[in-house]
Formats: sequence, structure tokens, C-alpha cells
Amino acid sequence: MGWLNAVIQGLLLGGLYALFATGLSLMFGVMRIVNLAHGDLAVVASFLALALVSGTGLPLWIVLVVTVPLFAVLGYLTQRVLLQRSLSSGPLATLLVTFGLSIVLQNVLLEVFSADTRTIDGGSFGTGSFELNGSISIGYLSLATFLLACAVLAAIQLFLSRTGLGRMLRASSDDRETANLVGADSRHVYGIATAIAFATVALAGLMFAMRSSFDPATGPSRLIFAFEAVVIGGLGSLWGTLLGGMVLGVTQSLGAQIDPALTLLAGHLVFLAVLAFRPQGLIAGRTA
Amino acid sequence: MTISQMVTSRAAAALDVSRAARSSKLSAVVMLAAVAVLAALPFVAFSNVTDTLVNLFVLIALASMWNLLAGFGGLVSVGQQAYIGIGAYSVIAFADQGVQPYLAVPLAAVTCVIFAVPTSWLAFRLRGDYFAVGTWVIAEVYRLLVVRIDSVGGGSGKGLAGMSDLDQTLRGALTYWVALALALATIAACYLLLRGRLGLSLMAVRDEETAASSVGIDVRRAKRVVYLVSAAGCGAAGGVITVSSLSVNPDAIFSVQWSAYMIFIVVIGGIGYIEGPLLGAVIFFGLQQLLADYGSWYLVLLGAIGMAAALWLPRGLWGLMRDRTGLSLFPVGYFVRGRDA
Repeated sequence: MGWLNAVIQGLLLGGLYALFATGLSLMFGVMRIVNLAHGDLAVVASFLALALVSGTGLPLWIVLVVTVPLFAVLGYLTQRVLLQRSLSSGPLATLLVTFGLSIVLQNVLLEVFSADTRTIDGGSFGTGSFELNGSISIGYLSLATFLLACAVLAAIQLFLSRTGLGRMLRASSDDRETANLVGADSRHVYGIATAIAFATVALAGLMFAMRSSFDPATGPSRLIFAFEAVVIGGLGSLWGTLLGGMVLGVTQSLGAQIDPALTLLAGHLVFLAVLAFRPQGLIAGRTA
Repeated sequence: MTISQMVTSRAAAALDVSRAARSSKLSAVVMLAAVAVLAALPFVAFSNVTDTLVNLFVLIALASMWNLLAGFGGLVSVGQQAYIGIGAYSVIAFADQGVQPYLAVPLAAVTCVIFAVPTSWLAFRLRGDYFAVGTWVIAEVYRLLVVRIDSVGGGSGKGLAGMSDLDQTLRGALTYWVALALALATIAACYLLLRGRLGLSLMAVRDEETAASSVGIDVRRAKRVVYLVSAAGCGAAGGVITVSSLSVNPDAIFSVQWSAYMIFIVVIGGIGYIEGPLLGAVIFFGLQQLLADYGSWYLVLLGAIGMAAALWLPRGLWGLMRDRTGLSLFPVGYFVRGRDA
């Protein structure tokens, strides 16, 4: 029954990948920005939570409640101060700015926290699990992460489809100039999109930190996971991202079942296969 | 003679069209002299000077290749370390087969082209920003595959064979000359490629891809040529890195840090100018030597400078200089002047 267990664990991990990839997908969908600092932001959130937990002794859920809104504010400011300026300088500029940001974040973390590998102790909740039957046991943390990811994706989907601001976001994503003409302030809308993206990144970063170890150089490999989830699922579709995250999670988990060294390679190869045979992704979203 | 022919010939007679301004011809002489001095350096300078310069030449070569790819081909890649790594490992593998390591460097370039053909087929399915991250994933795949091959040392890397029978001074000098030749060859390759028909098509593709393809430019072919040339250049650079360091480590040679270096050099120097990477590499190299004692703060500073350059100096330092002086060391455009003006 090892294989079934691997599939289930992979699906649960996939939820986390999807949560993490949502921000990337949103920023690309709305602003055409591929945020190369995406993974590093998650690692920054992990380190921030670590510092808060060990510095103040606050329980983890309070840290979570503090960090996520803080990142949303940071996201809004980053967009208004840094990214908006780069948007007007052409597509290369945004890529270079986020890449520069990634290098800066990584090396500041390295100077402040050293290169040691860390992890956040989730307590009994982090390690506890319940048994489904003899061979399959599901960790509380994995299940909670998965449910949280689905809830956040559903909330973002509702926000995009039902609220006025969400409509403006979709309109700006379809055609910025026209949206501006009918009264959407694209800079504000972009700021909101980045704020949501940063908040989900922080949330995902905290979940990653409880599941597995991290160090200042972890960001780029995380970014690759998010990117793969987005492309496998289909650009511009939130549910596609969830599906993509799950496909990636299951593939990695099955790869690990064969040989632990194959974990990453299996994920990359599925990504390349999707690229080669179904470049629009499994669920073709709005790509324009 | 039809009217249109008459008009064209009269217009042509009234204009003076030339490649190079006088300043370019003068600077060509200066550059030739500089190359001669650099080539003679191992005879007059200490080996620590030439050893350091090898790094500069590698940076110039890598940055020139990235500039060709991104600045002229519009292909912003974050995955050229794939070819640096493949080139480095080819040199190791050829040396194991008994090939002289210096002769293996050009073979490494050929190997990279062979790998780049199927890779380009895959990577070109992604556009724009996603191409950037896609090439990165491909580089990661190559790294993960290489560390699974035990005959090249697996995850811990391997030393270069076939170098122990060379005298140390001679080896230093040979490495220096190979690195110099690499830097010159990459610059020359960019210059010759861009002077010709391909250069014109590339710049048309970069500026407006749809329009370029509508006037009959084979966009994919133009991009593929650039991608293959760039792979070859990066592969040879990887080979030079290996003959200079005498060993290879998979995590270091396939590190995305190489892309960071290339991008910053080109952005600071000036993207889309052949002179840009040259100027950028010299500045980057200077910063590296100056700030070497400050650990990772130097990379923080570098990242910040890169961001600032992308925002406020989109055409880099060379773009700024060119606007002020009109100087062009490698003229790929034309000067058009009226005869009587």
C-alpha cells in the first residue's frame, strides 16, 4: 500500500504548492510580472516567523496572524514603489528588478541569520497524525495545510468573481487601458493584486517552514516548484494551479517512492513533458 | 529607367552611407594595440595578475553571450548555466578519454550546441518571462542528471585529468591565452553575426516580432541561431573555467549565480550594445576585487545596483556614454549623412 500512501501524501503536498503558486499566477495574470523573488519572499516569511517565535515566545498562530497581513502591506508598498516604476520601463526591467530583489533578499538573510538550516517546530500538531487504515497515516499538519490552501484559493476565486474590486482586477488583467478609461485605478488594483500575492506567499512560507527545513538559499528551488505548478496547471487559471500543484506533488512523492534522489527530477520531467506536449497546461485558462 | 529607379539613384547619390565613423576607426587601432598588450602579458606580468584576468575574460565571454541572447535575440534566459555546466563536464569527460584539456575546450562548445538543439525545441515553447524560468528548470534538470552519473564524480564533482604533465608556469600562460581567445572570439562572433543579414533580422524580431515575421523574417530560425551560438560560447566558457580551476563541482558550475552575474554585467554595461558587456564586466570585476572582503554584502550591493540600473538606466552606462559622445567601438549600424551638408 506504499504507493497509495505516496499518492495521498503527494496530493496533500500539492495543496501547499498550489497555495504557494497562487501569488505567482496572480501577479503574472494581472500585471504580466514573473516575480523571480517569489521563493525568497516565502523564505523571508519563514525566517521572520522563526525570529518572532524564538524572540517573543508568542504562539505560532499569533505569529501567523501578524506575518500574513504584514506581508500584504509590504506587497502593496513593493508594487507601488518598485514594481510600478519598472512596469513602465518594459518587460525586461520587471524581470531584472525582481531578480535583483531575489539576490538582495537571499544575501541579507545570509548575513542576518547565517547559512544554517532551520525549521520551525510545530509542536505536537506538526508531527501528529491519524491512521486511515493500517498503512496510510495522514499528518494533521499536511491535512490542515491542504484544507487551508483550498480555502484560500476558494476565497480568492470568490473575491475575483463576486466583488467590485475583483472585477476591476480581472478587467485590468484583460485590458489595462480600457479598464483605466472606465474608472479603475490600475496602480491601486495592481497594488491589491501584489498584496494578495504576498499574503499567500507568507502563508505558504510558514507552512513550508513547519513541514521542512529551510536556509537563506532555499528560495530559488521553491520558486521553481511554484512556476512548475502554474505551468502544468495552465497559465491564468486558479483551479488549474491547484491541479498543477497536485500533479507536481504526486509526481514528486511517487518519484521519492522509487528513489529519494529522484524527487526533484521527477517533478521537473513532468513539467518538461507538459511543456512539450501540452504547452497551454492541463486546464487552459485565460492566457491573453 | 523608371521613375522610382531615378528617384532612388538620385537619393543615393546625395547621401553618404558608411559603417564606421572616424572615431570608430581610431578606436579600432587602440583596441588592436590593447589586444597585443594583453596577449603579451604572460611574458611581463606575474602569474597572479594573469590568473585574475582569466576570471575577467570568462565574465566578458559569458556576458557577451547573454547580451547576444537577451539584448539582440530578445531571449531573456536565466538558464545559461546549463551550458556552462555541460561545457565544464565535457572538458572533464574528454580529458578522461585522453584528449588534451585545452583542445577539449572547443569540443565542449560543440557538445553544447548538440545539447542545445533539442533543448531549444522545448524552451522555445515558452514565451517572454516564462522562457526565463523555463530555461532555469532545464538547467536544474541537467544538474540533477549530471549528479547521477558516477563516472564524472556524481554529486561531489571531479578533478581534471591530463594537466599534471604541464609545467605550472606554462599552464598558467596557456590558460590565460585560451581565456583571452575565448573573450575575443565571443566579441568577434557577436560583431560578425550582427553586422550581417541576421543582425538586421534579429533587431527587427526583438523590436516587434509579429511585424518582423510578417515581412518574411524567419523568426524561429533567427532566434535558434542566436541560442545555439550563445550555448557554444557559454560551453567554451565553462571549459575555460574548468581548465583554470582544474576541477568541477556540480552545484557551483550549474549555479544560477552565473546567470545573476551575466545579467548584472549586461544591465550595468548596457544591454543591446556589443560594448556593453565589455564595460560592464570591467566594472563588475573591479567591484568584485574591491568588495571581496565584505562577504555577501557585496552581492546585496550588486543586486541593488542592478535594480537601480534596470529602473533608471535602462540602456546602461554604455548607452549613456554613447548618447553623450556618439562613440561606437563595434559599429553594427550605418551612418547616413547628406553629401553637401
